[in-house]
Amino acid sequence: MKEKQGPLEQAVSNDYKYGFVTDIDTDTIAKGLNEDVIRLISHKKNEPEWMLEWRLKAYAYWLKMVEPDWANVKYPIIDYQDIIYYAAPKPKKQLNSLDEVDPELLSTFEKLGISLSEQKRLTGVAVDVVMDSVSIATSFKEQLAEIGVIFCSISEAIQLHPELVRKHLGSVVPMTDNYFAALNSAVFTDGSFCYIPKGVRCPMELSTYFRINTENAGQFERTLIVAEDESYVSYLEGCTAPMRDENQLHAAVVELIAMEKAEIKYSTVQNWYPGDKEGKGGIYNFVTKRGICKGDHSKISWTQVETGSAITWKYPSVILKGDYSIGEFYSVAFTNNHQQADTGTKMMHLGKNTRSRIVAKGISAGHSQNSYRGLVRASKQAINARNYSQCDSLLLGDKCGAHTFPYIEVKNKTAIVEHEATTSKIGEDQLFYCRQRGIDPEAAVALIVNGFAKEVMNQLPMEFAIEAQKLLTISMEGSVG
Amino acid sequence: MLSIKNIHANVEGKEILKGINLEIKAGEVHAIMGPNGSGKSTLASVLAGREQYEVTAGEVSFLDKDLLELSPEDRAREGLFLAFQYPVEIPGVSTTNFIKAAVNEKRKYHGLEPLDSVSFLKIMKEKMKLVEIDQSLLSRSINEGFSGGEKKRNEIFQMAMLEPKLAILDETDSGLDIDALRIVANGINKLHSPERAVLVITHYQRLLDYIQPDYVHVLYNGRIVKSGTKELALELEEKGYDFITEGVDLNA
Repeated sequence: MKEKQGPLEQAVSNDYKYGFVTDIDTDTIAKGLNEDVIRLISHKKNEPEWMLEWRLKAYAYWLKMVEPDWANVKYPIIDYQDIIYYAAPKPKKQLNSLDEVDPELLSTFEKLGISLSEQKRLTGVAVDVVMDSVSIATSFKEQLAEIGVIFCSISEAIQLHPELVRKHLGSVVPMTDNYFAALNSAVFTDGSFCYIPKGVRCPMELSTYFRINTENAGQFERTLIVAEDESYVSYLEGCTAPMRDENQLHAAVVELIAMEKAEIKYSTVQNWYPGDKEGKGGIYNFVTKRGICKGDHSKISWTQVETGSAITWKYPSVILKGDYSIGEFYSVAFTNNHQQADTGTKMMHLGKNTRSRIVAKGISAGHSQNSYRGLVRASKQAINARNYSQCDSLLLGDKCGAHTFPYIEVKNKTAIVEHEATTSKIGEDQLFYCRQRGIDPEAAVALIVNGFAKEVMNQLPMEFAIEAQKLLTISMEGSVG
Repeated sequence: MLSIKNIHANVEGKEILKGINLEIKAGEVHAIMGPNGSGKSTLASVLAGREQYEVTAGEVSFLDKDLLELSPEDRAREGLFLAFQYPVEIPGVSTTNFIKAAVNEKRKYHGLEPLDSVSFLKIMKEKMKLVEIDQSLLSRSINEGFSGGEKKRNEIFQMAMLEPKLAILDETDSGLDIDALRIVANGINKLHSPERAVLVITHYQRLLDYIQPDYVHVLYNGRIVKSGTKELALELEEKGYDFITEGVDLNA
């Protein structure tokens, strides 16, 4: 049965423009997961013994765990033996500079709008690029090293800075934390490592770009950011994947550590392949992101613009341990067609006078389901803890759903927790008002949605705010111009 | 400029317009009056192209084009402007950005380059004076938290910015105090020119104290039952609608 499409439906039917596959030799291992596979990954990455032991321990935990089913998402059972756990573009020789990167890879990232060579020259953004299981290149490394900032792939960090990695890895998200975190701890392949020494304000945005290319491969990235006392860093990640009929698994772990008076700003523009209009294919994005404000007066701020993935399961959280520490979560989650998103945050107030702020904006179109799930917890010691949460949902059409699941646990009488929530619909009235002024339906929906998401978009670093706005617009457009 | 011939229109299956005929020439000001439920706002919506309104018969030509064939946005770009009875709020979208998008869409349609920020602001400053609108209002989200008067003034301001060929004012006077009414009417009068036409839809005569119509039409039960000059409006004010509607056969 063919449904009649109104202007709203037409305006939000999109095409994914990052869905191409790069034809490149890839070193892949056989499908399946067992101890030998983990040994093989560790061997391929030339890891020290302690790292392998850590992985095996995580794997042993994982075997005993059960997949969580509490999220408001539905998907068929994942066969973990049907996934490739390691895939790396060949030839993998040691690169001395970006000029030595395979031209095919460079052009892949050019197509994605990530020009490595140009980035190097023109803009003040350092980029680490991860394709499937390995980091391909990191720009600006030397310039950053001069001021003591370490920015490299996690694989490289394990080799060159084992003491830092060993100290912090798993300290915020323990390997036993949850099913996907345990799996990631066992099989993680690459990701970024950032270390900002005491008193340093990182002079440029650090950024990692993740790309899944190989069929049937899962991506298990691991990112660790440590900001020592009185340091500052702004970090951004972006991601895309080819269009495939099969679902692909992406299970990442991100850990942030902010010491005294340190500030970490972490922004995500997530654009994994969302599946086609009938809901076939797409990435399962099961991610554990958590930061700890370890020192007093520290601050961690998460900003995310989520437009991709068939299923999103992620709750970037902050443990507010230091007194006077601040946690923030700004989110725009856009779902279309048959996408499902269950996303939100956890703010765990432990220290005195800690503050947190949550602004979550969910936009649902098509047949998608969009849920906000958030926990605000104030412990007994968290004297004068403050939280403000605002969750707004915007519905485009009448076949989609928006849900809000706020959890509040307060064990301290001095804590103040505020929660506001709204749900609205793009009305035919708003659309007609725009059209009567000469604005076509696509542009009108983009205008309305961007207006709705503005408060969150304003939190993104300048360089990426415009990109994110475009992405949001493209995700809704009927034709990509 | 606008030629309406025997228009019939339904809303949710119910016939509201039952054969409207109207000719408007450039430079003319027409007023359509009528009691509540007579079809005044339906006529405005049909002309602007609102989708819930189904035209079942008749034709409309606007600047020698078949108006009913055009999408609502193309009608606007061709120069048809509707000042809404209930202007719509769009949170997070500033009035300035909204109008800029509208102005540039229209320019694009006519093969013109988009206005840069400097020229746009210059034009905006000029037009702001016309309707005595405050800068601070324009940086706020469009219509959000605006008073009734501010919303209507904002409509007239948008009209000034878009410079339409035909402006349809749907009950622009409703909910305005006397000062706001004067400002809005002044704005309309200043925009009036030999190239432009205005169609004023109103329930009361009082707006016509400020805007001089060339013709007045009375709409009743989906038809224009009487047309005349400004004197007709005064007569209506004095005698009420009954003196016209009493003689009309509803089943004709």
